[in-house]
Amino acid sequence: MHYLFEPGLFSSGPVRTALLVGTVLAVTSGVIGVFAVLRGQSFAGHSLADVATTGGSGAFLVGLNQFWGFLAAGIAAAALMEAIGVQRRRGRDVATGVVLGAALGAAALFLYLGSLQTATTGASFTVLFGSIFVISPDTVPALVASGVIALFVVAALARVLLLTSVSPDLARARGVNVRLVGIAYLAALAVSVSLAAVAIGAVLSTALLIGPSATALRVTKSPARAMAVSALTGLAATWLGIVLAYDSYYWPPHGHGWPVSFFVVALVLVGYLLSYVRPRAQRAPRSPHEDECGPEAIVATAATAAGTEGATCSPA
Amino acid sequence: MLNTWIAASIVAVIAGITGFFAVLRGQTFTAHAIPNGAFAGAAGASLLGINVIWGLVVFALCGALGIGALGAEGRGRKARNDVVTALALVLMLGLGALFVSISSQYAEETYSLLFGEVFGVSRGEVLPILGLGVAAAVAIGVAFRPLMLTSALPEVAEARGVSTRRMDLYFLIVMALATSMTVPVVGALLMFSLMIGPAAAARSVTARPGAAMALSVVIALATVWLSIALSYQTNWPLGFFVGIIGAAFYLIGLAARAVAPRRAVAPRGAVG
Repeated sequence: MHYLFEPGLFSSGPVRTALLVGTVLAVTSGVIGVFAVLRGQSFAGHSLADVATTGGSGAFLVGLNQFWGFLAAGIAAAALMEAIGVQRRRGRDVATGVVLGAALGAAALFLYLGSLQTATTGASFTVLFGSIFVISPDTVPALVASGVIALFVVAALARVLLLTSVSPDLARARGVNVRLVGIAYLAALAVSVSLAAVAIGAVLSTALLIGPSATALRVTKSPARAMAVSALTGLAATWLGIVLAYDSYYWPPHGHGWPVSFFVVALVLVGYLLSYVRPRAQRAPRSPHEDECGPEAIVATAATAAGTEGATCSPA
Repeated sequence: MLNTWIAASIVAVIAGITGFFAVLRGQTFTAHAIPNGAFAGAAGASLLGINVIWGLVVFALCGALGIGALGAEGRGRKARNDVVTALALVLMLGLGALFVSISSQYAEETYSLLFGEVFGVSRGEVLPILGLGVAAAVAIGVAFRPLMLTSALPEVAEARGVSTRRMDLYFLIVMALATSMTVPVVGALLMFSLMIGPAAAARSVTARPGAAMALSVVIALATVWLSIALSYQTNWPLGFFVGIIGAAFYLIGLAARAVAPRRAVAPRGAVG
Protein backbone atom coordinates (compact mmCIF):
# COMPACT_ATOMS: atom_id res chain seq x y z
CA MET A 1 0.00 0.00 0.00
CA HIS A 2 2.79 2.31 0.85
CA TYR A 3 4.04 2.21 -2.71
CA LEU A 4 0.70 3.27 -4.14
CA PHE A 5 -0.26 5.87 -1.57
CA GLU A 6 2.72 8.04 -0.94
CA PRO A 7 3.00 9.49 2.58
CA GLY A 8 0.94 12.61 3.14
CA LEU A 9 -1.53 11.89 0.36
CA PHE A 10 -4.72 12.13 2.38
CA SER A 11 -3.59 14.85 4.76
CA SER A 12 -2.85 17.24 1.91
CA GLY A 13 -5.49 19.94 1.45
CA PRO A 14 -5.20 20.31 -2.32
CA VAL A 15 -5.49 16.55 -2.75
CA ARG A 16 -8.67 16.44 -0.69
CA THR A 17 -10.15 19.29 -2.73
CA ALA A 18 -9.09 17.52 -5.90
CA LEU A 19 -10.72 14.26 -4.80
CA LEU A 20 -13.96 16.03 -3.90
CA VAL A 21 -14.17 17.98 -7.16
CA GLY A 22 -13.02 14.92 -9.08
CA THR A 23 -15.84 12.85 -7.63
CA VAL A 24 -18.55 15.34 -8.56
CA LEU A 25 -16.99 15.78 -11.96
CA ALA A 26 -16.68 12.07 -12.72
CA VAL A 27 -20.27 11.28 -11.75
CA THR A 28 -21.72 14.28 -13.62
CA SER A 29 -19.69 13.64 -16.76
CA GLY A 30 -20.36 9.92 -16.62
CA VAL A 31 -24.14 10.29 -16.47
CA ILE A 32 -24.43 13.18 -18.90
CA GLY A 33 -21.93 11.55 -21.23
CA VAL A 34 -24.17 8.52 -21.75
CA PHE A 35 -26.72 10.79 -23.40
CA ALA A 36 -24.03 12.56 -25.40
CA VAL A 37 -22.95 9.22 -26.87
CA LEU A 38 -26.54 8.04 -27.41
CA ARG A 39 -27.50 11.29 -29.12
CA GLY A 40 -24.35 11.23 -31.26
CA GLN A 41 -23.15 14.50 -29.74
CA SER A 42 -19.53 13.60 -29.09
CA PHE A 43 -18.41 16.43 -31.32
CA ALA A 44 -20.85 18.87 -29.71
CA GLY A 45 -19.51 17.93 -26.29
CA HIS A 46 -15.95 18.43 -27.39
CA SER A 47 -16.79 21.71 -29.09
CA LEU A 48 -18.51 23.04 -25.99
CA ALA A 49 -15.31 22.32 -24.10
CA ASP A 50 -13.18 24.07 -26.68
CA VAL A 51 -15.52 27.05 -26.82
CA ALA A 52 -15.41 27.16 -23.05
CA THR A 53 -11.68 27.76 -23.50
CA THR A 54 -12.60 31.12 -24.96
CA GLY A 55 -14.54 31.97 -21.82
CA GLY A 56 -11.75 30.69 -19.62
CA SER A 57 -9.15 32.79 -21.36
CA GLY A 58 -11.49 35.79 -21.35
CA ALA A 59 -11.95 35.39 -17.60
CA PHE A 60 -8.19 35.18 -17.24
CA LEU A 61 -7.88 38.40 -19.19
CA VAL A 62 -10.25 40.36 -16.94
CA GLY A 63 -9.06 38.63 -13.78
CA LEU A 64 -12.16 36.61 -12.93
CA ASN A 65 -12.23 33.02 -11.76
CA GLN A 66 -11.92 30.79 -14.81
CA PHE A 67 -14.86 28.59 -13.90
CA TRP A 68 -17.34 31.42 -14.52
CA GLY A 69 -15.75 32.12 -17.87
CA PHE A 70 -15.95 28.48 -18.85
CA LEU A 71 -19.55 28.29 -17.74
CA ALA A 72 -20.75 31.47 -19.46
CA ALA A 73 -19.09 30.63 -22.77
CA GLY A 74 -20.23 27.02 -22.60
CA ILE A 75 -23.88 27.88 -22.06
CA ALA A 76 -23.83 30.62 -24.70
CA ALA A 77 -22.29 28.19 -27.19
CA ALA A 78 -24.85 25.52 -26.33
CA ALA A 79 -27.68 27.93 -27.08
CA LEU A 80 -26.03 29.05 -30.31
CA MET A 81 -25.42 25.52 -31.58
CA GLU A 82 -28.97 24.48 -30.82
CA ALA A 83 -30.22 27.60 -32.61
CA ILE A 84 -28.16 26.98 -35.75
CA GLY A 85 -28.27 23.30 -36.26
CA VAL A 86 -31.33 21.75 -34.73
CA GLN A 87 -33.33 21.06 -37.88
CA ARG A 88 -30.56 19.78 -40.06
CA ARG A 89 -28.86 16.78 -38.58
CA ARG A 90 -26.41 16.73 -41.43
CA GLY A 91 -25.45 20.39 -41.26
CA ARG A 92 -25.10 20.31 -37.49
CA ASP A 93 -21.47 19.22 -37.52
CA VAL A 94 -20.51 21.95 -39.95
CA ALA A 95 -22.33 24.62 -37.95
CA THR A 96 -20.63 23.33 -34.82
CA GLY A 97 -17.29 23.43 -36.56
CA VAL A 98 -17.69 27.00 -37.72
CA VAL A 99 -18.71 28.20 -34.24
CA LEU A 100 -15.77 26.29 -32.83
CA GLY A 101 -13.32 27.84 -35.27
CA ALA A 102 -14.47 31.37 -34.49
CA ALA A 103 -14.37 30.72 -30.74
CA LEU A 104 -10.88 29.29 -30.87
CA GLY A 105 -9.75 32.35 -32.77
CA ALA A 106 -11.14 34.53 -30.01
CA ALA A 107 -9.40 32.35 -27.42
CA ALA A 108 -6.12 32.94 -29.23
CA LEU A 109 -6.69 36.68 -29.04
CA PHE A 110 -7.60 36.64 -25.34
CA LEU A 111 -4.59 34.57 -24.42
CA TYR A 112 -2.37 36.85 -26.47
CA LEU A 113 -3.77 40.00 -24.87
CA GLY A 114 -3.55 38.35 -21.46
CA SER A 115 0.09 37.50 -22.01
CA LEU A 116 0.75 41.16 -22.85
CA GLN A 117 -0.67 42.26 -19.50
CA THR A 118 1.07 39.81 -17.25
CA ALA A 119 4.43 38.22 -17.74
CA THR A 120 3.28 34.70 -16.92
CA THR A 121 3.43 32.20 -19.75
CA GLY A 122 1.60 29.41 -17.96
CA ALA A 123 -1.89 30.80 -18.53
CA SER A 124 -2.55 29.08 -21.82
CA PHE A 125 -1.35 25.83 -20.33
CA THR A 126 -3.67 26.12 -17.32
CA VAL A 127 -6.67 27.06 -19.44
CA LEU A 128 -6.10 24.27 -21.93
CA PHE A 129 -4.87 21.48 -19.71
CA GLY A 130 -6.34 22.31 -16.30
CA SER A 131 -4.91 22.08 -12.85
CA ILE A 132 -6.95 20.12 -10.35
CA PHE A 133 -4.40 20.60 -7.56
CA VAL A 134 -4.62 24.38 -7.60
CA ILE A 135 -8.41 24.76 -7.40
CA SER A 136 -8.97 27.38 -4.75
CA PRO A 137 -11.17 26.17 -1.87
CA ASP A 138 -13.44 29.20 -2.35
CA THR A 139 -14.76 27.94 -5.66
CA VAL A 140 -15.39 24.39 -4.49
CA PRO A 141 -18.97 25.01 -3.27
CA ALA A 142 -19.86 26.60 -6.61
CA LEU A 143 -18.28 23.72 -8.53
CA VAL A 144 -20.07 21.08 -6.48
CA ALA A 145 -23.40 22.90 -6.60
CA SER A 146 -23.40 23.39 -10.37
CA GLY A 147 -22.43 19.76 -10.89
CA VAL A 148 -25.28 18.56 -8.70
CA ILE A 149 -27.78 20.87 -10.40
CA ALA A 150 -26.73 19.63 -13.85
CA LEU A 151 -27.07 16.07 -12.64
CA PHE A 152 -30.57 16.72 -11.31
CA VAL A 153 -31.68 18.37 -14.54
CA VAL A 154 -30.55 15.38 -16.56
CA ALA A 155 -31.99 12.87 -14.10
CA ALA A 156 -35.35 14.62 -14.19
CA LEU A 157 -35.31 14.69 -17.98
CA ALA A 158 -33.88 11.19 -18.43
CA ARG A 159 -36.96 9.51 -19.89
CA VAL A 160 -37.87 12.41 -22.14
CA LEU A 161 -34.26 12.70 -23.27
CA LEU A 162 -34.15 9.05 -24.26
CA LEU A 163 -37.34 9.46 -26.22
CA THR A 164 -36.26 12.62 -28.04
CA SER A 165 -32.90 11.02 -28.82
CA VAL A 166 -34.42 8.10 -30.65
CA SER A 167 -37.50 9.63 -32.20
CA PRO A 168 -38.10 13.38 -32.09
CA ASP A 169 -41.30 12.92 -34.07
CA LEU A 170 -42.79 10.51 -31.59
CA ALA A 171 -41.78 12.78 -28.73
CA ARG A 172 -43.38 15.75 -30.46
CA ALA A 173 -46.58 13.79 -31.02
CA ARG A 174 -46.70 13.10 -27.30
CA GLY A 175 -46.50 16.82 -26.60
CA VAL A 176 -42.83 17.03 -25.67
CA ASN A 177 -41.09 20.29 -26.51
CA VAL A 178 -38.13 18.67 -28.24
CA ARG A 179 -36.25 21.90 -28.70
CA LEU A 180 -36.54 22.92 -25.05
CA VAL A 181 -35.35 19.49 -23.95
CA GLY A 182 -32.42 19.78 -26.33
CA ILE A 183 -31.42 23.17 -24.96
CA ALA A 184 -31.79 22.03 -21.34
CA TYR A 185 -29.63 19.03 -22.10
CA LEU A 186 -26.93 21.05 -23.86
CA ALA A 187 -26.89 23.49 -20.92
CA ALA A 188 -26.33 20.61 -18.51
CA LEU A 189 -23.62 19.37 -20.83
CA ALA A 190 -22.02 22.81 -20.77
CA VAL A 191 -21.96 22.78 -16.96
CA SER A 192 -20.36 19.37 -16.77
CA VAL A 193 -17.83 20.34 -19.39
CA SER A 194 -16.95 23.53 -17.48
CA LEU A 195 -16.34 21.48 -14.36
CA ALA A 196 -14.08 19.18 -16.29
CA ALA A 197 -12.34 22.14 -17.90
CA VAL A 198 -11.32 23.48 -14.49
CA ALA A 199 -10.08 20.11 -13.32
CA ILE A 200 -8.41 18.38 -16.24
CA GLY A 201 -8.45 21.12 -18.85
CA ALA A 202 -10.83 22.30 -21.50
CA VAL A 203 -9.38 20.27 -24.34
CA LEU A 204 -9.29 17.08 -22.27
CA SER A 205 -12.73 17.24 -20.68
CA THR A 206 -13.99 15.16 -23.60
CA ALA A 207 -12.12 12.22 -22.14
CA LEU A 208 -14.33 12.02 -19.05
CA LEU A 209 -17.46 12.87 -21.00
CA ILE A 210 -17.13 10.34 -23.79
CA GLY A 211 -14.67 7.69 -22.60
CA PRO A 212 -16.53 6.15 -19.63
CA SER A 213 -19.92 6.42 -21.35
CA ALA A 214 -18.71 4.77 -24.53
CA THR A 215 -17.13 2.02 -22.44
CA ALA A 216 -20.33 1.54 -20.44
CA LEU A 217 -22.49 1.39 -23.56
CA ARG A 218 -20.27 -1.36 -24.93
CA VAL A 219 -20.60 -3.36 -21.74
CA THR A 220 -24.31 -3.02 -21.00
CA LYS A 221 -27.38 -2.24 -23.03
CA SER A 222 -29.68 -0.81 -20.41
CA PRO A 223 -29.34 2.98 -20.27
CA ALA A 224 -29.77 3.09 -16.49
CA ARG A 225 -27.08 0.52 -15.96
CA ALA A 226 -24.86 2.24 -18.51
CA MET A 227 -25.09 5.46 -16.48
CA ALA A 228 -24.05 3.64 -13.33
CA VAL A 229 -21.16 1.84 -15.02
CA SER A 230 -20.09 5.05 -16.72
CA ALA A 231 -20.08 7.04 -13.47
CA LEU A 232 -18.10 4.33 -11.70
CA THR A 233 -15.57 4.02 -14.53
CA GLY A 234 -15.09 7.78 -14.57
CA LEU A 235 -14.73 7.81 -10.80
CA ALA A 236 -12.10 5.08 -10.86
CA ALA A 237 -10.12 6.85 -13.57
CA THR A 238 -10.27 10.20 -11.78
CA TRP A 239 -9.30 8.91 -8.34
CA LEU A 240 -6.53 6.70 -9.64
CA GLY A 241 -5.35 9.56 -11.84
CA ILE A 242 -5.13 11.92 -8.87
CA VAL A 243 -3.26 9.35 -6.76
CA LEU A 244 -0.83 8.55 -9.56
CA ALA A 245 -0.23 12.22 -10.28
CA TYR A 246 0.53 12.77 -6.62
CA ASP A 247 2.92 9.81 -6.63
CA SER A 248 4.59 10.98 -9.79
CA TYR A 249 6.50 13.66 -7.90
CA TYR A 250 8.83 10.81 -6.96
CA TRP A 251 9.18 9.60 -10.54
CA PRO A 252 11.70 10.80 -13.09
CA PRO A 253 12.32 13.58 -13.95
CA HIS A 254 12.84 14.15 -10.27
CA GLY A 255 10.83 16.74 -8.38
CA HIS A 256 8.40 17.38 -11.21
CA GLY A 257 4.91 15.92 -11.16
CA TRP A 258 3.20 14.48 -14.20
CA PRO A 259 -0.12 16.12 -15.05
CA VAL A 260 -3.33 14.62 -13.64
CA SER A 261 -4.96 15.10 -17.03
CA PHE A 262 -2.56 12.66 -18.62
CA PHE A 263 -3.26 9.90 -16.12
CA VAL A 264 -7.03 10.39 -16.30
CA VAL A 265 -7.01 10.27 -20.09
CA ALA A 266 -4.74 7.23 -20.18
CA LEU A 267 -6.88 5.34 -17.66
CA VAL A 268 -10.09 6.18 -19.49
CA LEU A 269 -8.56 4.90 -22.72
CA VAL A 270 -7.43 1.68 -21.08
CA GLY A 271 -10.98 1.14 -19.86
CA TYR A 272 -12.38 1.69 -23.34
CA LEU A 273 -9.92 -0.68 -24.97
CA LEU A 274 -10.65 -3.33 -22.32
CA SER A 275 -14.30 -3.20 -23.32
CA TYR A 276 -13.22 -4.38 -26.76
CA VAL A 277 -11.53 -7.44 -25.34
CA ARG A 278 -14.46 -8.69 -23.31
CA PRO A 279 -17.31 -8.87 -25.81
CA ARG A 280 -15.08 -10.47 -28.46
CA ALA A 281 -14.38 -13.41 -26.23
CA GLN A 282 -18.00 -13.80 -25.16
CA ARG A 283 -19.85 -13.35 -28.39
CA ALA A 284 -17.55 -14.99 -30.82
CA PRO A 285 -20.33 -16.90 -32.59
CA ARG A 286 -22.41 -13.78 -33.19
CA SER A 287 -22.45 -11.55 -36.20
CA PRO A 288 -19.31 -9.48 -36.61
CA HIS A 289 -21.46 -6.45 -37.35
CA GLU A 290 -22.34 -5.80 -33.78
CA ASP A 291 -22.81 -2.17 -34.60
CA GLU A 292 -26.11 -2.96 -36.14
CA CYS A 293 -26.96 -3.05 -32.48
CA GLY A 294 -26.12 0.63 -32.27
CA PRO A 295 -27.26 3.32 -29.89
CA GLU A 296 -30.52 3.82 -31.73
CA ALA A 297 -31.49 0.21 -31.19
CA ILE A 298 -30.70 0.47 -27.49
CA VAL A 299 -32.72 3.61 -27.05
CA ALA A 300 -35.57 2.31 -29.16
CA THR A 301 -35.99 -0.71 -26.98
CA ALA A 302 -35.52 1.29 -23.82
CA ALA A 303 -37.99 3.95 -24.80
CA THR A 304 -40.78 1.76 -26.08
CA ALA A 305 -40.67 -1.05 -23.56
CA ALA A 306 -39.56 0.72 -20.42
CA GLY A 307 -37.49 -1.33 -18.05
CA THR A 308 -36.62 -4.07 -20.50
CA GLU A 309 -33.07 -5.28 -20.28
CA GLY A 310 -30.86 -6.99 -22.77
CA ALA A 311 -32.37 -5.37 -25.82
CA THR A 312 -32.30 -7.66 -28.80
CA CYS A 313 -31.04 -6.06 -31.92
CA SER A 314 -32.36 -6.74 -35.34
CA PRO A 315 -30.12 -6.03 -38.31
CA ALA A 316 -31.08 -3.04 -40.39
CA MET B 1 7.28 38.10 -45.18
CA LEU B 2 7.30 36.76 -48.74
CA ASN B 3 7.97 33.26 -47.40
CA THR B 4 5.05 33.62 -45.02
CA TRP B 5 2.82 34.69 -47.81
CA ILE B 6 3.81 31.80 -50.07
CA ALA B 7 3.58 29.21 -47.30
CA ALA B 8 0.21 30.47 -46.14
CA SER B 9 -1.13 30.47 -49.70
CA ILE B 10 -0.08 26.85 -50.20
CA VAL B 11 -1.66 25.93 -46.89
CA ALA B 12 -4.86 27.69 -47.89
CA VAL B 13 -5.09 25.76 -51.16
CA ILE B 14 -4.56 22.41 -49.41
CA ALA B 15 -7.04 23.35 -46.71
CA GLY B 16 -9.61 24.41 -49.30
CA ILE B 17 -9.38 21.10 -51.14
CA THR B 18 -9.22 18.73 -48.17
CA GLY B 19 -11.78 20.82 -46.30
CA PHE B 20 -14.25 20.43 -49.16
CA PHE B 21 -14.13 16.66 -48.78
CA ALA B 22 -14.08 16.82 -45.00
CA VAL B 23 -17.33 18.80 -45.04
CA LEU B 24 -18.86 16.65 -47.77
CA ARG B 25 -18.00 13.42 -45.97
CA GLY B 26 -19.17 14.72 -42.63
CA GLN B 27 -15.69 14.40 -41.17
CA THR B 28 -15.62 17.81 -39.53
CA PHE B 29 -14.69 16.31 -36.21
CA THR B 30 -11.81 14.34 -37.71
CA ALA B 31 -10.55 17.50 -39.39
CA HIS B 32 -10.47 19.03 -35.93
CA ALA B 33 -8.93 16.02 -34.21
CA ILE B 34 -6.00 15.25 -36.50
CA PRO B 35 -4.25 18.66 -36.49
CA ASN B 36 -4.88 19.01 -32.75
CA GLY B 37 -3.52 15.59 -32.01
CA ALA B 38 -0.52 16.24 -34.20
CA PHE B 39 0.38 19.10 -31.91
CA ALA B 40 1.17 16.54 -29.21
CA GLY B 41 3.61 14.89 -31.58
CA ALA B 42 5.43 18.17 -32.00
CA ALA B 43 5.69 18.49 -28.24
CA GLY B 44 7.07 14.97 -27.99
CA ALA B 45 9.61 15.48 -30.75
CA SER B 46 10.80 18.67 -29.13
CA LEU B 47 11.20 16.79 -25.84
CA LEU B 48 13.33 14.13 -27.52
CA GLY B 49 15.30 16.78 -29.35
CA ILE B 50 14.41 15.64 -32.88
CA ASN B 51 12.87 17.64 -35.68
CA VAL B 52 9.32 18.70 -34.82
CA ILE B 53 8.04 17.60 -38.22
CA TRP B 54 8.70 13.92 -37.51
CA GLY B 55 6.62 14.14 -34.37
CA LEU B 56 3.82 15.79 -36.29
CA VAL B 57 3.86 13.21 -39.07
CA VAL B 58 3.99 10.24 -36.68
CA PHE B 59 1.17 11.51 -34.47
CA ALA B 60 -1.04 12.63 -37.35
CA LEU B 61 -0.62 9.26 -39.09
CA CYS B 62 -1.12 7.24 -35.90
CA GLY B 63 -4.21 9.26 -35.11
CA ALA B 64 -5.60 8.75 -38.61
CA LEU B 65 -4.86 5.02 -38.58
CA GLY B 66 -6.27 4.61 -35.08
CA ILE B 67 -9.50 6.37 -36.00
CA GLY B 68 -9.71 4.30 -39.17
CA ALA B 69 -8.98 1.01 -37.41
CA LEU B 70 -11.48 1.42 -34.57
CA GLY B 71 -14.09 3.11 -36.75
CA ALA B 72 -17.15 1.28 -37.91
CA GLU B 73 -19.36 1.01 -40.94
CA GLY B 74 -23.03 0.46 -41.45
CA ARG B 75 -25.80 1.88 -39.30
CA GLY B 76 -24.79 3.99 -36.34
CA ARG B 77 -21.42 4.50 -38.00
CA LYS B 78 -21.36 8.23 -37.52
CA ALA B 79 -21.95 8.19 -33.76
CA ARG B 80 -19.41 5.44 -33.23
CA ASN B 81 -16.79 7.16 -35.36
CA ASP B 82 -17.31 10.36 -33.39
CA VAL B 83 -16.66 8.50 -30.16
CA VAL B 84 -13.49 6.92 -31.52
CA THR B 85 -12.34 10.27 -32.88
CA ALA B 86 -12.95 11.97 -29.54
CA LEU B 87 -10.99 9.33 -27.69
CA ALA B 88 -8.09 9.37 -30.14
CA LEU B 89 -7.98 13.14 -29.85
CA VAL B 90 -7.91 13.21 -26.05
CA LEU B 91 -5.30 10.47 -25.93
CA MET B 92 -2.99 12.52 -28.13
CA LEU B 93 -3.73 15.72 -26.24
CA GLY B 94 -3.16 13.94 -22.94
CA LEU B 95 0.25 12.82 -24.16
CA GLY B 96 0.83 16.39 -25.31
CA ALA B 97 0.02 17.68 -21.82
CA LEU B 98 2.52 15.21 -20.40
CA PHE B 99 5.28 16.17 -22.84
CA VAL B 100 4.70 19.86 -22.32
CA SER B 101 4.75 19.55 -18.55
CA ILE B 102 7.96 17.50 -18.53
CA SER B 103 9.86 19.95 -20.68
CA SER B 104 8.96 23.19 -19.00
CA GLN B 105 10.77 25.39 -21.48
CA TYR B 106 8.27 24.34 -24.08
CA ALA B 107 5.35 26.40 -22.77
CA GLU B 108 5.76 29.26 -25.23
CA GLU B 109 6.10 26.94 -28.16
CA THR B 110 2.82 25.33 -27.09
CA TYR B 111 1.08 28.57 -27.72
CA SER B 112 2.58 29.09 -31.14
CA LEU B 113 1.92 25.50 -32.18
CA LEU B 114 -1.71 25.76 -31.17
CA PHE B 115 -2.39 29.24 -32.46
CA GLY B 116 0.19 29.58 -35.20
CA GLU B 117 3.28 31.63 -35.78
CA VAL B 118 3.10 32.32 -39.42
CA PHE B 119 5.59 35.12 -39.48
CA GLY B 120 8.43 32.84 -38.55
CA VAL B 121 8.46 30.89 -41.81
CA SER B 122 11.94 30.50 -43.27
CA ARG B 123 12.84 29.81 -46.88
CA GLY B 124 13.82 26.26 -46.00
CA GLU B 125 10.35 25.53 -44.69
CA VAL B 126 8.55 26.63 -47.84
CA LEU B 127 9.86 23.80 -50.01
CA PRO B 128 8.66 20.89 -47.82
CA ILE B 129 5.27 22.57 -47.51
CA LEU B 130 5.07 22.91 -51.27
CA GLY B 131 6.08 19.27 -51.74
CA LEU B 132 3.53 18.04 -49.26
CA GLY B 133 0.86 20.27 -50.68
CA VAL B 134 1.42 18.90 -54.16
CA ALA B 135 1.43 15.35 -52.79
CA ALA B 136 -1.88 15.89 -51.01
CA ALA B 137 -3.44 17.51 -54.08
CA VAL B 138 -2.25 14.64 -56.30
CA ALA B 139 -3.50 12.03 -53.84
CA ILE B 140 -6.94 13.64 -53.90
CA GLY B 141 -6.85 14.13 -57.68
CA VAL B 142 -6.01 10.47 -58.32
CA ALA B 143 -8.83 9.23 -56.13
CA PHE B 144 -11.25 12.02 -56.95
CA ARG B 145 -14.02 9.87 -58.39
CA PRO B 146 -14.13 7.14 -55.72
CA LEU B 147 -13.85 9.85 -53.05
CA MET B 148 -16.81 11.71 -54.51
CA LEU B 149 -18.78 8.51 -54.93
CA THR B 150 -18.23 7.26 -51.38
CA SER B 151 -18.96 10.73 -50.03
CA ALA B 152 -22.18 11.30 -51.93
CA LEU B 153 -23.62 7.85 -52.53
CA PRO B 154 -22.03 5.33 -50.16
CA GLU B 155 -24.51 2.57 -51.06
CA VAL B 156 -23.85 2.88 -54.77
CA ALA B 157 -20.12 2.92 -54.09
CA GLU B 158 -20.37 -0.31 -52.11
CA ALA B 159 -22.43 -1.90 -54.86
CA ARG B 160 -19.72 -1.00 -57.36
CA GLY B 161 -17.09 -2.58 -55.19
CA VAL B 162 -15.58 0.61 -53.76
CA SER B 163 -15.03 0.10 -50.07
CA THR B 164 -16.35 3.07 -48.08
CA ARG B 165 -14.13 2.15 -45.20
CA ARG B 166 -11.00 1.98 -47.33
CA MET B 167 -11.75 5.36 -48.86
CA ASP B 168 -12.33 6.73 -45.36
CA LEU B 169 -8.90 5.52 -44.35
CA TYR B 170 -7.34 6.86 -47.54
CA PHE B 171 -8.81 10.28 -46.95
CA LEU B 172 -7.75 10.22 -43.30
CA ILE B 173 -4.15 9.56 -44.33
CA VAL B 174 -4.23 12.36 -46.91
CA MET B 175 -5.62 14.69 -44.28
CA ALA B 176 -2.93 13.61 -41.81
CA LEU B 177 -0.14 14.34 -44.29
CA ALA B 178 -1.71 17.61 -45.37
CA THR B 179 -2.05 18.87 -41.83
CA SER B 180 1.17 17.66 -40.27
CA MET B 181 3.43 19.90 -42.30
CA THR B 182 1.21 22.93 -41.94
CA VAL B 183 0.75 22.85 -38.16
CA PRO B 184 4.06 24.52 -37.28
CA VAL B 185 3.27 27.34 -39.70
CA VAL B 186 -0.37 28.13 -39.10
CA GLY B 187 -1.10 26.32 -35.84
CA ALA B 188 -3.25 23.31 -35.08
CA LEU B 189 -6.40 25.27 -34.32
CA LEU B 190 -6.11 27.52 -37.32
CA MET B 191 -5.71 24.65 -39.76
CA PHE B 192 -9.11 23.43 -38.65
CA SER B 193 -10.78 26.84 -39.10
CA LEU B 194 -9.26 27.08 -42.54
CA MET B 195 -10.52 23.67 -43.57
CA ILE B 196 -14.11 24.01 -42.38
CA GLY B 197 -15.08 27.68 -42.75
CA PRO B 198 -14.39 28.20 -46.47
CA ALA B 199 -15.60 24.74 -47.47
CA ALA B 200 -18.86 25.18 -45.59
CA ALA B 201 -19.38 28.62 -47.10
CA ALA B 202 -18.73 27.29 -50.62
CA ARG B 203 -21.07 24.37 -50.11
CA SER B 204 -23.90 26.60 -49.00
CA VAL B 205 -23.60 28.63 -52.21
CA THR B 206 -23.28 25.90 -54.83
CA ALA B 207 -24.03 22.20 -54.90
CA ARG B 208 -21.81 21.39 -57.90
CA PRO B 209 -18.68 19.63 -56.63
CA GLY B 210 -16.17 21.26 -58.97
CA ALA B 211 -17.46 24.76 -58.42
CA ALA B 212 -17.75 24.25 -54.67
CA MET B 213 -14.17 23.02 -54.47
CA ALA B 214 -12.82 25.92 -56.51
CA LEU B 215 -14.84 28.39 -54.47
CA SER B 216 -13.63 26.78 -51.27
CA VAL B 217 -10.01 27.28 -52.36
CA VAL B 218 -10.69 30.89 -53.35
CA ILE B 219 -12.36 31.68 -50.03
CA ALA B 220 -9.56 30.00 -48.10
CA LEU B 221 -7.00 32.10 -49.98
CA ALA B 222 -8.97 35.28 -49.36
CA THR B 223 -9.27 34.42 -45.67
CA VAL B 224 -5.55 33.82 -45.31
CA TRP B 225 -4.44 36.89 -47.21
CA LEU B 226 -6.82 39.15 -45.33
CA SER B 227 -5.75 37.60 -42.04
CA ILE B 228 -2.04 38.04 -42.74
CA ALA B 229 -2.55 41.68 -43.62
CA LEU B 230 -4.66 42.35 -40.53
CA SER B 231 -2.38 40.39 -38.26
CA TYR B 232 0.60 42.31 -39.63
CA GLN B 233 -1.15 45.61 -38.96
CA THR B 234 -2.45 44.89 -35.48
CA ASN B 235 0.13 42.37 -34.24
CA TRP B 236 -2.77 40.26 -32.99
CA PRO B 237 -2.57 36.47 -33.44
CA LEU B 238 -3.28 35.17 -36.91
CA GLY B 239 -5.59 32.46 -35.57
CA PHE B 240 -8.04 35.06 -34.36
CA PHE B 241 -8.49 36.60 -37.79
CA VAL B 242 -8.71 33.29 -39.60
CA GLY B 243 -11.34 31.99 -37.18
CA ILE B 244 -13.47 35.13 -37.35
CA ILE B 245 -13.14 35.69 -41.10
CA GLY B 246 -13.87 32.03 -41.82
CA ALA B 247 -17.06 32.24 -39.76
CA ALA B 248 -17.98 35.51 -41.47
CA PHE B 249 -17.70 33.88 -44.90
CA TYR B 250 -19.91 31.05 -43.72
CA LEU B 251 -22.57 33.52 -42.56
CA ILE B 252 -22.32 35.38 -45.87
CA GLY B 253 -22.78 32.07 -47.67
CA LEU B 254 -25.87 31.27 -45.63
CA ALA B 255 -27.27 34.73 -46.27
CA ALA B 256 -26.57 34.44 -50.01
CA ARG B 257 -28.41 31.16 -50.15
CA ALA B 258 -31.36 32.56 -48.27
CA VAL B 259 -31.59 35.59 -50.56
CA ALA B 260 -30.85 33.99 -53.93
CA PRO B 261 -33.67 32.23 -55.79
CA ARG B 262 -33.43 28.47 -55.82
CA ARG B 263 -32.03 27.75 -59.24
CA ALA B 264 -30.94 24.19 -59.04
CA VAL B 265 -31.99 21.75 -56.38
CA ALA B 266 -29.02 19.75 -55.19
CA PRO B 267 -29.07 16.07 -56.06
CA ARG B 268 -30.33 14.20 -53.03
CA GLY B 269 -27.21 12.18 -52.64
CA ALA B 270 -24.90 15.16 -52.60
CA VAL B 271 -26.70 16.59 -49.61
CA GLY B 272 -27.70 13.62 -47.54
